[in-house]
Amino acid sequence: MKKNLPLCSPISPRAREIICIILFVAVLPFLTDALLGRGWVRIVDFAMLYIMLALGLNIVVGYAGLLDLGYIAFYAVGAYCYALTSSPHLALAYPLLFPDGLHLSFLIVLPLAALLAGGFGILLGAPTLRLRGDYLAIVTLGFGEIVRIFMNNLNAPVNLTNGPQGISMIDPVRIAGVSLNTTQQVFGFSLPSVHLYFYLFAGFTAVVVFVSHRLEKSRIGRAWMAIREDEVAASAMGINTRNLKLLAFAMGAMFGGVSGTLFAGFQGFVSPESFSLMESIMVLCMVVLGGMGNIYGVILGGMTLALLPEVLRHSIVPLQQAMFGRTLIDPESLRMLLFGTALIGVMLFRPAGLWPSRVRRRELATDEAEQ
Amino acid sequence: MDIFLQQIINGLVQGSVYALVALGYTMVYGILGLINFAHGEVVMAGAMLALSALTALISWGVAPLLALPVSLILAMAGCMLLGFGIERIAYRPLRHAPRLAPLITAIGVSIVLQNLAMMIWGRDYHAFPQLIKNQPHYVGGAIINDIQIIIVIMAVVIMAGLMIVVHRTSLGRAMRAVAENQHAAQLMGVDVNRVISITFMLGSALAAVAGLMVSANYGLAHYYMGFLLGLKAFTAAVLGGIGNLRGAMLGGLLLGLIESLGAGYIGPLTNGFMGSQYQDVFAFFVLIAVLVFRPSGLLGERLAERA
Repeated sequence: MKKNLPLCSPISPRAREIICIILFVAVLPFLTDALLGRGWVRIVDFAMLYIMLALGLNIVVGYAGLLDLGYIAFYAVGAYCYALTSSPHLALAYPLLFPDGLHLSFLIVLPLAALLAGGFGILLGAPTLRLRGDYLAIVTLGFGEIVRIFMNNLNAPVNLTNGPQGISMIDPVRIAGVSLNTTQQVFGFSLPSVHLYFYLFAGFTAVVVFVSHRLEKSRIGRAWMAIREDEVAASAMGINTRNLKLLAFAMGAMFGGVSGTLFAGFQGFVSPESFSLMESIMVLCMVVLGGMGNIYGVILGGMTLALLPEVLRHSIVPLQQAMFGRTLIDPESLRMLLFGTALIGVMLFRPAGLWPSRVRRRELATDEAEQ
Repeated sequence: MDIFLQQIINGLVQGSVYALVALGYTMVYGILGLINFAHGEVVMAGAMLALSALTALISWGVAPLLALPVSLILAMAGCMLLGFGIERIAYRPLRHAPRLAPLITAIGVSIVLQNLAMMIWGRDYHAFPQLIKNQPHYVGGAIINDIQIIIVIMAVVIMAGLMIVVHRTSLGRAMRAVAENQHAAQLMGVDVNRVISITFMLGSALAAVAGLMVSANYGLAHYYMGFLLGLKAFTAAVLGGIGNLRGAMLGGLLLGLIESLGAGYIGPLTNGFMGSQYQDVFAFFVLIAVLVFRPSGLLGERLAERA
């Protein structure tokens, strides 16, 4: 590896890369808006949320090798945390205690939600420390379902989550007195709400990417990967597997909680339907399809799987019209059918994911050689 | 007391269906070390195929008592073909791939099957035609009807048959050998690919029977019915110790009993705070509790470490 000499070139290639990415992200919403329309900016916003989720799950599954099928529960914890503390819901349920409902600031709720989700992560991690592989998968799946069922049913006798109807009229994200639900003028540019949320999400995604990247290269990251490869050997090397596994669960859960909070503020409405098992599976698919353990791969996977259904949604009806002159097949099921086929196809041709991590690939190669 | 007996009966009926589906999961897992996530959809396909065949046969004027076994056989054949195809397309090319790759293809297959079924049979619930007079019997204050009796008897017979196949025939010996060590089995002249295909087909045939049972018991079939059923059955297989046939049966029956007893008693136990809508929570709590104390299921052996 050659070292960059800062004196010779004022901008290192690394810095140039980062500047390019920042510029690209800065114009992306305007580009999408101009080329595809406002609706697509919203879709891209959701894709950013999914990328954050996938990066969080990547810590648990990709680095520490703990198969988690209930990850969406942490997203739900974050979302409900913000929904409860920044909406009129509590006023309806408890008019005496909270006459106007709680309307805490986003910046106060965010760390609280992250902590709470992290706590839930430890709650899930602690009893499952001895479980391996698929047993862990089924317990995490059960945990996710338990959380969802509670959210679905905690409207009686104490109305906490408002049951299947969900909580609506959640306050928009408000930072330094600026509500992100209104169009803002910045330097002569008119930024509609979806653009503002995009920049917010992009900022958070950047933080998540940075943290993941530093974790990967750190002592903790290396310990996680050691546990992933061989838990017994890792503990023989003096790694505290118990604490590190708990840490992986907690870190992953915190990222999930943060994206959940953002989701609640963006959407303005949460209901248990958004946190079904299928969502957990979808996020896992993003991680595996993109390339477990590789940040760029996971981002690619998240982007692909979040955008593909939308692209299919918008292309199927016109395509059918063009081919047969009318809509022959129910577009919704055809869309999911193609989506499923794409999942199978990608895995068949790239079993290690679209963009596998280099370490992983090396390991796989040696595994093959041994056999 | 009669509530107790009634819940036991319901649990046994539901549990025998879980056990049949769980066997499909556990056989595949035992041999390939793979969660066949699409198995629940095979159950759904079995129910839908049987229902379509039944409706067609009856409209042609075939006697109901003849139409039922014929449509069951048709559904089993269809599902066997389906299981064979799934293994060929989605799992065989990935046999030496990273462990999670086949999981994703399994999810893909499951999505595809669900939506294919929705295209073919639509979004509506399909009513199961009433073929036999479903006579209720009173046992000590509880009710059990003919269909439920048939379900339990059939499940017992099929499971006994499966045990004989696995433990008494040369095919079963080959299956156990492949489960133990694929390479060694191959060296001993076992056609591994054939054994794996047959395992998938056997599991799918059981799934078809289970699908017919569920739709006969509830009188309904739906393109989405496979998802939750598959999930519960997989839970049952893990509860019993995945990869172990007796474990799957035990796990299925236990899960059925736990669920129905939980649904019946959770209200009084929590003083009305939680109602029967929490029955799934109850089942998952039991699962977690069992796995915390016995990390490899009730009858499972200690898992060798898998990379």
